Amino acid sequence: MDFLRILEQALGELIAPTTAAYALAAIGLNLHFGYTGLLNMGQAGFMLLGAYGFAISTIAGAPFFVALLVAIIAGALFALLLGIPTLKLRGDYLAIVTISAAEIIRMVGRSTVFNEQTGGSSGLTGNSFKETFLGLSPLPDGRSAIGPLEYLNNGSDSWWVRIVAWSVVLIAVLLVWLLTRSPWGRVLKGIREDEDAVRSLGKNVYAYKMQALILGGVAGSVAGVLFVLPRAVQPDSMGRSMTFFIWTILLLGGAATVWGPVIGSMIFFSVYMLLRAGMRSALPDAVSSAQIEQIGGMLVGITLMCLVIFRPQGIFGDKKELSFNVR
Amino acid sequence: MTADRGKTTIRRSLAALMLSGLAALAAAPALATTPTSVATATSTCTPDTETACIGVLVLDPENNRIADADIEITGPEGFSEIVTTTDDGLSAVAVTETGKYVASLDATTLPDGEELGEGAETEITVTAQMGGTARAAFRIGEDTAVAPSETASSTGEGGLDGDGSTPAASSGGLKADQVWTQIGSGLRFGLLLALASVGLSLIYGTTKLSSFSHGEQVTLGAMLAYVTMNVMGMPIWLGAIVTIALCAATGWIQDAGIWKPLRKRGTPVVQLMIVTIGLSIALQYFIQLAIGAGTQRIITSNPETWSLGPFTLTRASWVSMVIALVVLLAVAWFLTRTRIGQATRAVSDNTALASATGIDPNKIIRIVWVLAAGLAGLAGMLLGMVFGSFNWMMGMQMLLLMFAAVTLGGLGTAFGALVGSLVIGMVVELSNLFIPSDLRYASALLILILVLVFRPQGLLGRAERIG
Repeated sequence: MDFLRILEQALGELIAPTTAAYALAAIGLNLHFGYTGLLNMGQAGFMLLGAYGFAISTIAGAPFFVALLVAIIAGALFALLLGIPTLKLRGDYLAIVTISAAEIIRMVGRSTVFNEQTGGSSGLTGNSFKETFLGLSPLPDGRSAIGPLEYLNNGSDSWWVRIVAWSVVLIAVLLVWLLTRSPWGRVLKGIREDEDAVRSLGKNVYAYKMQALILGGVAGSVAGVLFVLPRAVQPDSMGRSMTFFIWTILLLGGAATVWGPVIGSMIFFSVYMLLRAGMRSALPDAVSSAQIEQIGGMLVGITLMCLVIFRPQGIFGDKKELSFNVR
Repeated sequence: MTADRGKTTIRRSLAALMLSGLAALAAAPALATTPTSVATATSTCTPDTETACIGVLVLDPENNRIADADIEITGPEGFSEIVTTTDDGLSAVAVTETGKYVASLDATTLPDGEELGEGAETEITVTAQMGGTARAAFRIGEDTAVAPSETASSTGEGGLDGDGSTPAASSGGLKADQVWTQIGSGLRFGLLLALASVGLSLIYGTTKLSSFSHGEQVTLGAMLAYVTMNVMGMPIWLGAIVTIALCAATGWIQDAGIWKPLRKRGTPVVQLMIVTIGLSIALQYFIQLAIGAGTQRIITSNPETWSLGPFTLTRASWVSMVIALVVLLAVAWFLTRTRIGQATRAVSDNTALASATGIDPNKIIRIVWVLAAGLAGLAGMLLGMVFGSFNWMMGMQMLLLMFAAVTLGGLGTAFGALVGSLVIGMVVELSNLFIPSDLRYASALLILILVLVFRPQGLLGRAERIG
């Protein structure tokens, strides 16, 4: 039955590698926005940089963990570069600078100048950088099914990718949980609520903000690696819309909560799939598939607006934690 | 200030804006003293910052041009068009995506007696670059050994010299006329950018909100111009008035429906900013739904070029520049000489103090939203005409340049936005001379970051503590 198939697709989205990648990116953004109050509008830039770092160093012959390290360092350096000029300024300057920097990375990535390294606007194909990762898989070849979900054990869209992606997400959740209940995390929240008060306690606000920016940025660049593992590196698929989707996910789940980004990502993608697949089967003749994507996108935008207006704390959040304003 | 007086003043100012726009339309032809066409008579494409041209020609062994051969050009995003050659020039087609295009010659359309030689190419791959003409020259007849297969002229109209037999690659060295062309384009882009960013700056000044949906307001202008002039077939003046009126109306609706209630509730600016992001996503997809994901042309006729001094631009560009200049002057007059304008600046300066002196900030902010949306719509319409074509991403690309301009000039200062826009427009176009055209927007964004490092208050901003 058609309805069952749609449900199955939505269920598949719950554990899809892309969902995990967005969840991890949203966890990073949560560190920025939810806990520290930093407006990072360029999370997709961190992801793209991570993806490029990983893919290019793999193509150059680096083993998997070295390539991953390159991605992490790239994210950290990018955060440092962005943070130095902007963290001392008012919050919305960081927003403008991060969104611009993310765009610069995308433009440079897709430009013809670095065609040999980045593949220009057509990007880098998945097969050119996937081997080292797939080589690590301990799973036997073949297909496995859990309930209605059946995937290959190894390969692009496989159980192996899913297991790794979600393990990384779980580790990140654990880290965020530990960090935010530590003294360090309390200082971050203090900065979010009242920067001057924290400063008057003798804390170096700038350093704390920078640490948060780097940690969240690294989460973003690892998320970028997860995002490209099942597909190719395509600069245009990692632009502003991606950042905005991550924001929607974060605010849907609830900023400043440990599980908010993960649950937000799961709900976002399965509902998004339900909507699109539902529309496709309900009105197969009335609208084309491109139009369904567009209507879906419009609904995402409207959802984001309504969320912020009517329930800024999201599903799990605490409204008191989000009443701060950027000065 | 009473509401009545406010209304009459704003009406008068709007009327002045409109009149001046129309006057500019009428006066523009007189400006260009020598309406010479630089491009070869038969060329059907003028390369531009948003347009690349692909020219095709078919040559016989004596380098004579063969007319009436059909050449199909295919490229990225499903681009496909058939061009018929002529015997006195380069037949060109305008494309809006850079990348590799394949020109394939349909041998059956060659005139009688002309045949492809042994081993002659029927497919040539060319790379289209913004602001340049990529050529594909096919050779027929016996002597086909050395066919000049690809030459992409780097910038400007220089590529269309019409002499196909000795296609010279002009990528090296800066030519004076190239620099002039880029300065002209830079001025044009700066003026149009200023139209859009003045509104962004006014919104920021009065509400402290960085509106991320301002880019879509620009696209909306282009879209409505396309719908009214192209789809519905209105004359340009009527279409322009309807477009601007509708765009201004969206500003009114937004403020009445979203921003004013949220202001009343005391929603933090950060959350408002995220609401504008949501609005921007929704509008983007709405525009895609309305006009499709491809590029559209508002004016479909071939652009005619006029020269004035060293500058050669299309007619639409000259007219747009004059309109932009007049409207910007009118805005400046409005801000400095009218009571409403002065009140607007007072609210920007210090909202609490302004309301204590009897100004109603909500009324001013409403006017600012209407004005900003209208100006953005006008900018979008003009940009769509000047660049030849537009798509749903136009505003998104413009938004960051607007931010760059507004920050460069000083956040919240309307005149800073004007200065910043001119600088950014110039930088974007002039950087074409030194770096590949697909990186020219990146140069503007780099400036934005540098400004924030060294002079965060912008060129005209007041140095104050902003940390």
